[in-house]
Formats: sequence, C-alpha cells, structure tokens
Amino acid sequence: MKHTLLQRLIQAVIVLTGVALLTFVMLRIVPGNPIETMMGEHANVETIQRMTAEMGLDQPLHVQFFKYVASAFRGDFGTSYSLGKPVKQLLNSAFANTLTLALFAALFAWIVGIGCGIFSALRKNHLSDRLFMGFSLLGISLPVFMAAMLLQYVFAFRLHWVPISGVDSWKGFILPAIALGWNSAGQVAQMTRTSLLETMQEEYIDTARAKGRGPAGVVVLHALRNAMLPVMTMMTIQLSGLLSGAVITETVFSINGVGRLMVQAISGRDIPLLQGTSLLATAVVIIGSLLADCLYAVLDPRIRKEG
Amino acid sequence: MEQTVLEVKNLTVSFHTEKGVILPVNGVTLTVPAGKIVGVVGESGCGKSMTARAIMGLVKYPGKVTGGKIFLCGKEITQLPEKERRRLRGSEISMIFQEPMTSLNPVVKVGKQVDEAVRLHTPCTRAEAKQKTLNMFREVEIPEPEARYNCYPHQLSGGLRQRVMIAMAMICRPRLLIADEPTTALDVTVEAQILKLLEKLRDAGTSVLLISHNLGVIARTCDEVSVMYAGRIVEHGETAALFEKPLHPYTRGLLRSVASLRAGGETLQTIPGVVPNLLHLPKGCSFSLRCEKCGADCEEKVPELRQIAPGHFARCFLAEKEGKE
Amino acid sequence: MPRDKREQMKKVADIRLESQIGEEERFWDLMRRMARENKTALLSFAVIVLMTLAAVFAPLLTPYTEKQMDLMNRLAAPSAKHLLGTDEGGRDVLTRLLFGTRVSLLIGVVPALLSLLLGAVLGVLAGYKGGLTDAVIMRIADVTLAFPSMLLAMVIMYSLGGGIMNVFLTLTLVNWANVARVVRAHTLRLKNSEFAEAARAIGVPGRKIMQRHILPNCLPSLLVLFTLNIPASILTESSLSFLGLGIQPPNASWGLMINTGRQYLYNAPWLCFVPGAAIMLIVLAFNFLGNGLLDVLDPRQKKQ
Repeated sequence: MKHTLLQRLIQAVIVLTGVALLTFVMLRIVPGNPIETMMGEHANVETIQRMTAEMGLDQPLHVQFFKYVASAFRGDFGTSYSLGKPVKQLLNSAFANTLTLALFAALFAWIVGIGCGIFSALRKNHLSDRLFMGFSLLGISLPVFMAAMLLQYVFAFRLHWVPISGVDSWKGFILPAIALGWNSAGQVAQMTRTSLLETMQEEYIDTARAKGRGPAGVVVLHALRNAMLPVMTMMTIQLSGLLSGAVITETVFSINGVGRLMVQAISGRDIPLLQGTSLLATAVVIIGSLLADCLYAVLDPRIRKEG
Repeated sequence: MEQTVLEVKNLTVSFHTEKGVILPVNGVTLTVPAGKIVGVVGESGCGKSMTARAIMGLVKYPGKVTGGKIFLCGKEITQLPEKERRRLRGSEISMIFQEPMTSLNPVVKVGKQVDEAVRLHTPCTRAEAKQKTLNMFREVEIPEPEARYNCYPHQLSGGLRQRVMIAMAMICRPRLLIADEPTTALDVTVEAQILKLLEKLRDAGTSVLLISHNLGVIARTCDEVSVMYAGRIVEHGETAALFEKPLHPYTRGLLRSVASLRAGGETLQTIPGVVPNLLHLPKGCSFSLRCEKCGADCEEKVPELRQIAPGHFARCFLAEKEGKE
Repeated sequence: MPRDKREQMKKVADIRLESQIGEEERFWDLMRRMARENKTALLSFAVIVLMTLAAVFAPLLTPYTEKQMDLMNRLAAPSAKHLLGTDEGGRDVLTRLLFGTRVSLLIGVVPALLSLLLGAVLGVLAGYKGGLTDAVIMRIADVTLAFPSMLLAMVIMYSLGGGIMNVFLTLTLVNWANVARVVRAHTLRLKNSEFAEAARAIGVPGRKIMQRHILPNCLPSLLVLFTLNIPASILTESSLSFLGLGIQPPNASWGLMINTGRQYLYNAPWLCFVPGAAIMLIVLAFNFLGNGLLDVLDPRQKKQ
C-alpha cells in the first residue's frame, strides 16, 4: 500500500507540473500583450514597458516558467492585474467560500443521494423507487446553471425563503449548495442503488441471513460497506465536477469564490489570477483523489494488503 | 435414542417467472434422524439447493414456499413469524455454502464474522465472544487461531475459509447443519479433510443435511441418501443399499456415469438427453423422456414415492413391478 | 440509466471489436436487437432524428425569421401567436430555438468527431509504439483529465478567444483524452493478436497494421464514444456560453439564449427555461442512446 501511495504521489506531482506548464503555455500564446489589453488604448508606451518589465514579461519564456513554478510552490502568483491585489490574498478569501460551498454541496449530494439510493434499492420496482429514480434522472440531466436558476426563481424570487444572492448568512449557502450538489446527488443515488442491488445478490449476504441477522442488520452491517466502495470512487471524480459547477453556481448566486475569480480573471484578461485559480483548483482535485485513494484502502482490506 | 431432528413434508417452492409458474421444489419429503448425515444428490438445477434454502427460510424473491410443512425437532416452523424464524437461523439450524470465497464478507475480519453469530444468539461480551470463536476455531482445526482471527477472507486458503464457515455455522451448537456443496470448490485433499470434519461434528451430536452433486462425496460420508430429479425426490434409502441396488433408472444412470470411470476400460456412460425445462415438464414421470425403459404408464401418470424394500423408497412404476415379482 | 463516467469508460474499453461482431450477429442485427429490446434507446433515437429534422427544416417550420424583431411585442408571454413567447427584442423564442438547434447540434457533433479523430490517432500510436511515445501521450492525457473540464475549457477559450471555430477546438481538446485511453487499451489487446503477428511476419509496415487492422477494429467503441461525447460537448458549450465565453452573438446556441435570457429571469422566465429544457432533452436522448449501444455491444451480454 505504501508503495502504491508513493506511486500516486509521484504521479500527482507530475500531473500538477503538467497543469502548471499547460496554463503557462496556454496563457502565453494569447495574441497581444496582456498589459496593453489591461491598460486599454489610453496607456502610453512608457507605462506599458515599465509594467511589462515589472511583471517580468520581457524575459525569455523558460526563465518566466521557472520563476513561475518556483513562486507557485510558495503559493505566490504575483499581483492580479485587474483587481490590483496579491493573488494569494484574493485566493485566500475566495477559497473559504468555495470550500464551504463545495462541502455543503457534497454533503447534500451524499446524504440525499445515498439515502435515496438505499431506499430505492430496498423497495426495488415499488412506486417510491421509480419516483426517486426518475427524480435522480432529472438531477443528472439538468445542467448546473438550469438547476441554479430554477432554484433561485422558485425559492428566492417567488417564495422569498432565502436571499437571492450573496452569502452573508448561512442561509445564502442553501440554494447554491443544492444547485451544485443536485447533479452529483442524482449520480450518487443511481450508483448506490445499482451497487447495493448487486451486493445484495452476493453469497455473504445469505451467510449473514443464515446466521440470523435481520434485514436491517444485513443491509447496514454487511451490504452497505461493500456497496459503498464503487460509490466512493465515483465521489472522487465528482470533486472535479463540483469545482466545474462551482464556477457557474458562484456566478449565478454572486458568491465571492474561486470560480467567480476565474471568470473575473478571464473577462479582465488577468494572467496571474487565472494561473492562481486554475492551479489551485487542479491541486484540490488531485489532493482530493489522493485522499479518496487512502480512504478506499481503509475500507477495502483487499487493496490495503496487495499494494 | 431414536429422534428425528428434521422432518420435511411435501415441501413445495414455486417461482413466478414471466413465462409461467415453475416448481423447483415439488412436494419434497425428507427426514434427518438425530446424529446422522443425510445426503441429497442430483444434477445442478434439480432443486436441491432450493430445498436447503426453503428449510432455512431463505428463499429469495420471486421464489416462495407455497406448500408443505417443516418440523424441527417436532415443532412446525413454516408458520412461525419471521422474527421467530430468524432466531432459529444460526442457533438451531445453520448453513454453509458452496463458495467459501464469496460466502464470507470480504471487508470484515473472519473472527469478527464468527463473533457476530455468537452475539446474535447469546448475550455475552466481546471478549467472551472472541474466546468462544477461538475455541471453535480450534475445534474445526484451524491452525494458529489467534492469528487467523484477525485475517480477512482473501488472506485465507479455500479450505481454511470453509473451516471458518463451519465454525460460524457450528458456534451456537445447532441441531442441524445444512451443507450445500461444501467441497465443490475445493481440492480433493482439502475435500477429504472437510468431510472428515463433518463426520466429527456428526459424532459430536449435530445432524447434517449434505447436498452434493458428487456421488463420491455422498457415498463416503452419508448414512442415508435422497436422490432428487426435477424438483422431486425419486429415490431414498440407506447409502449402502442405494448404491448396491439402485431402484430408479435415474440413480442407475448416475451411478453408471461414475462406475465407468472406476472400471477404466469401459466407455464413459452418460444419461441420454438433458435435464428437462421446469416450464415444460413431461405429463407423466419427469424422467420419462430420458428413461430407456419408459413405458406407456410412465408417460401418462406421475409415479408415487413407494417403499420397495425396507427403508428403500423409489418413485418409479418399473421399480414397483420389479419389487412385486 | 445514465452511468458514472469512469464506469462508462471502463465498459467502453471492453466493448466488442469489429471483428468479433461478425461472428454471431452483424452490426445491423445488433442495432435491430437494440431497437427491439431497448425502447428508451429507440425513443431517444427518434428524438434525435426529430431534432435533426427540425434543425434542417427550421425555416419551413415557422412563419418568423430568426432575427425578425418586433419591438412592440417584447418579452411577450407564450401565446397562440408566439407559442413560446418572445424575447427582449420581440423575436419569436420558438424560432430562435429551432435555429439554435442547428448551432447546438453542430457543437455536439463536430467536436465529437474531431476528438474521436485526434484521440484515435494518439491512442493507437501510444498503444502500438509504446515506450516514450506512450508515456508522453498518456501523461498529457492524464493532465487533461485531471483538470476540471469546465476550467480547462475556460482556460483554452481564454487563450483562443470566442467564436464557433474556437469552441469546436476547445471541446476537442477537452474530450480527446478519454478516446485516446480507450483506443490505447484496444490497441494493446490487438497488438499481440495472431493476425497482427501474421501481418508483421509478412512484412506489413506498422502504419498499415494500425490503419488496416487495429483502427477498424475499434469502430464499435468509437461509435459509443461518439454518441456519449455529443451530449458532453453540448453541456460544456452551454455552460461556456452561459458565462459568455462560448458562441458569440449573432449566432444563437441554446446556451447563449439562456445567457441573454438570464437578465429577464424574473419577468420572462421562459427565456431561460425553454432552451434549458431543450438542452436537457437532447442530452438525455444522446445519453440513453449511448448507453443502449454500450449494452448491446457489451460482449458479456449474452443473446437470449
């Protein structure tokens, strides 16, 4: 297991460096000098040159990349062109919001998804099963922005239950978290149902019943732990989807988070900010999947010993 | 002390499928006397496993026990509420399965899985349960029980896993152990050890219902045998008598297919035809399509299970005639 | 039922090869079987055909034109005259929706094709050549997959600028990695098969083996990937357009319609919800069809 983890860790570093290189290259091939774009037509040549030198944009590309990676490791991405603040500081304040949002969304997705999935599996082909599964299908096919706007329209605009936008109080997080987690909830529900139904066919379930375990005990103590393994792997992939969705949810609900910063960076043609946000997002995804691997190993002894 | 541990009368299990109702178990009658090993033998799909499940009360949807009675030590159990049935499972009757690989929960330590069986039926502390488990491990001859206690199923060999299963089944000292193909997935040498273990358990007072398709296993271990075909018992008798003088043509066919192996030179004999589809059973004797001596009666009427010789029963018109002559 | 992405890709990776199909049933037999057994897939196919027809014959289906403004009739609610209402310029929403189908279908199909091409070429190269080529291509694929797809698309769109061609290119770059993985897996399986050995033995060059033997064998998987990549592209594009990063006006994709409609969410909600429903429908249809193909091409699924 240690060996596998080490392998994964090395892989993660390679991928992260690749991502850094990718963002670096992508952003340098943008036509036109970013400083010019940023300052607009009125800037004079001298200012532009001074700014360019200040940001190190006149140096050869490999020097720029090296400097970029070195400072990125320290968490330093320079100063945002468009917002005039250090990227690190901007990320710090935005990350907390995004993390809260993503955590609430994940919590919603898992509780609702796993709950519905178990319930559906236990009442296979009953009316409630069909209802839940139809609902989760809706969850899977509904794009995040649609879910966000629907929720906003119904619960904030029509019913006034929660604020339309912003996260001044915890109430502000409710709709964005549901909108963001909606999609995952549907997937988790489907996966949990399929997986649990498959597990219930296993022979060790018969063994448990033959021992005298009741139906509830069989499901909770024997089936669930095995059925959750594939669901767990799926959750790690969802982390990446959650971050993608966060960009949209944060925009719809005007939440000051990493996703919104990224949109800001793009509309402001703000390279340091874009590098900071995209690297942070990828790092989160990679760390998340590493953590999930560890968790998976804890839950499944077969993997723990093999590595 | 002559006592019957299990008595099954006219047990019927039906399955509703899209194409119609089938009866994988069709009026099965069985008795397991105290301190005996009774075998049930037959091809796969003949309903022997379903019979075992029905006795346990573990028939899966869409199957259902639709008829017959099951007496455990004289007490009828099919009418008991599910809660009562559950209390019996693991304490009075227990069961081991064919695949020791898949019949243990892969993510729980084997020791804990055995503990669970103890704690479900007897109030005791974790430590006491563990002590009981370790003692049982010794009894079923698991080497280094303390170390094995903390193993996961995938870390044990097939034979050891089956011993764990047996330990789990025996831990509450049940009256009856149902062993469904307990050695099919194992090597021949391991098979012999497991069978010996079953005999040891019988000698210690537990009756065993041994289900197998392997005549060798049955001949070696069982005191009495029932032969099952297409959901019915077609022949029943003491092992020696049945193997010596099989009455039902199906039993003869089964024996021939093994005997030819023993004799070496002879060509391997098989029973012609295939197991009938339970949806389209012949009108008369279910074996009539494959029977060499099938007569007019056989195609029209279903024969009864009749005593032909003392303690030796067969469900065959021809055997009845031969018996009278 | 839609499946989780990774599970889907795993399944695609062990789909039947072209040469295996011929053994029992021909491709069209399989398709016929799917139509017979999987009503959802059949219905989805019908929906897709209908939508394609609607896109092609859009001008014939509506009395209005796409850009025909009617300022007296701005933001009108759905009525007999305008079945799905009008937008902020008084344009008929149904008409815009029909014309938007063209753009959205293109956005689904073109990048799916391009990513198939790119992924298949890189995948077969990685699998066949092995060594450094393999390592480099697959590491790039890893990086692409590690990036949250939306963020990757945003970064690429940022570098390339808006416009429909760039949307195509972006979606291709986002989707090729999965294709490459699947094709590589197939190639590895086929590389050492008897017919490839035989071809090598008689001196057929590697390029020819890849072209003639390996790639054609991947066709069934590519078909499934194609079907599943279309809804993925449509979804990503609609999200990009929603943020104002995708298609630029005057082209109207459904995503862009939602983006402009957002400002009127509270007084004219149909501007958002109508194209939104259209996106949902087409995404569902393609997903169901893709999963249907996946099931019918799955070698483990026995004929009844």
